[in-house]
Amino acid sequence: MALESGLRDRLEGGLGAPICLTWELTYGCNLACAHCLSSSGRRDPRELTTAEARALIDEIAAMRIFYINIGGGEPMIRGDFFELVEYAIERRIGVKFSTNGTRLDSRAAERLAALDYLDVQISLDGADEATNDRLRGPGSYAAARRAMENLAAAGFGPFKVSVVVTRDNVGQLDAFAELAQGYGAELRLTRLRPSGRGADVWETLHPTREQSRELYRWLCEHPGTLTGDSFFHLSALGDPLEGLNLCGAGRVVCLVDPVGDVYACPFVIHERFRAGNVREGGLARAWRESPVFTDLRGAGSAGACVSCGSYDACRGGCLAAKFFTGLELDDPDPECVHGAGEVALALPRRRVRPTSEVDHSRRLPVVGR
Amino acid sequence: MPSTIDRRAAWRLSPEVSLRDEPFGALAYHHGTRRLVVVKSAALARLLERLGEYPSMEEALDEIPEGARERVARALEDLAESGIVSGA
Repeated sequence: MALESGLRDRLEGGLGAPICLTWELTYGCNLACAHCLSSSGRRDPRELTTAEARALIDEIAAMRIFYINIGGGEPMIRGDFFELVEYAIERRIGVKFSTNGTRLDSRAAERLAALDYLDVQISLDGADEATNDRLRGPGSYAAARRAMENLAAAGFGPFKVSVVVTRDNVGQLDAFAELAQGYGAELRLTRLRPSGRGADVWETLHPTREQSRELYRWLCEHPGTLTGDSFFHLSALGDPLEGLNLCGAGRVVCLVDPVGDVYACPFVIHERFRAGNVREGGLARAWRESPVFTDLRGAGSAGACVSCGSYDACRGGCLAAKFFTGLELDDPDPECVHGAGEVALALPRRRVRPTSEVDHSRRLPVVGR
Repeated sequence: MPSTIDRRAAWRLSPEVSLRDEPFGALAYHHGTRRLVVVKSAALARLLERLGEYPSMEEALDEIPEGARERVARALEDLAESGIVSGA
C-alpha cells in the first residue's frame, strides 16, 4: 500500500470504513508456530458457516472496503476456502491471503493463478531450513518452498514471501531477498509482536536495538520491500519509512476473527479491544459505533513520549506491542529506538502482562499433515 | 516537469478503481496496482465519477469554477500519472 504523505491526522481520526480488513478464516492450523499471533491450532465449533461468511463478504462489499487480508490459522484448511475467495473477488474486493503453503499443491496453485486481484503470501521465517523450522516446526520450510515452486510453475506471477523478522533471521535479509527474487516474488517483512503465542517468545526473539538499526538501514536501502506498515516505530531513526507511519488499529484497519468477533487490529485479539461481533449487530456498526474504536480515534496522549523529539515520527509505536508487554498505551513502544521502552519495562511498578482468553493452541505440535 | 497528460483527450476513472467517499473527499484504490490515493475534495470526487461522460478533460474542467480550475486540472493530471484516471 502506498499513500501520499501529509494525511496522517485525518486518518488518525478514523475513516467511514476500513481501508483493509484482516479476516482470520479459522483457528484451525496444521502447524504450531511458536510465535502465532492468534494462538491457533484447533478449529472452533463456533466459526462462521459458509453462509455467514458469504454474508460477511456482502457486508464488506457494501461498506466498500477495498481489500481483505485473509489469514488464520491456516485458511486453506477450510473446505470453502476457494468459494469464499472467489466470491469476494466477484464482489470486487481485493484479496490477499497468508498461508503456510502446506495445502498449496499444483492444483491449488493453478486455481489461484486463474484469479485476478489476488495476492498470496507464503510465510517463511528462516532463509534456511534450520532457522525456519525452529520457529515454525519441522517440515515447514520444505512445505513453504514446495508451495513457492508450485506457484511459480503455475505462472501465478509475483507472489509474496512473508517473513516475521526475529533476532535469529535478521541477519538473513539479503538471503531472503535473493530467495524471493529467484521466484520473481516480492519480499514482505513484518514485525514480531508479543501477541498470541508470540508473547512467549517475544522477549528472546525480538530484534535487539542494534539489529533494529540494521533493519532500518536495510529497509531504507531496499525501498519497495513490503512491510504492511509494520516498522513505523523505526521511523524515529531518521527519514520516515514508506507507508502510513501510524497505528491503524480501529482507524484504518480492523480484524474479524473466525467466530466473527471484531477487534481493532490483527495483533490485539483480547477482550479489551473487542468492538462487537458480525453476527450480532454487524461489522459496519462495530466499526462506526463501538466505544472501543471511537476511543482509539481520539487524539491520543503522547504520555511519556511527549518531550521526545521523535514522537512525530513514530507516534509512540505499536498499540499491541505495548499492551501485551504490560505497558500503558501512552508508554513508549517496548522496542523504542531510543531505549525508552526498555526503561519503561524495567520500572519497578507492578506490570501485569495481559493474556488473551482466546487460545486454540493444541497441546502438541503436529506438522505437515 | 510539465505534464505529458493530454487535456484535449477523453479520460475516465479507471475501471480498476474503487472510489469511496470520506469526510475529507474520497479514497481511491486501484485494484491492479494496489495503490491507494487520497482525493482531497468532494468536488474532485464527483468530477472523477463523471469524467468519462465528457469528450475531453478540458470540457470536464469547464464545470469547475475558474478560480479552482487549474488546481483541479493538476490533481487530475496526477491521478492520470498514477493510473487512477485512464484514457477513455
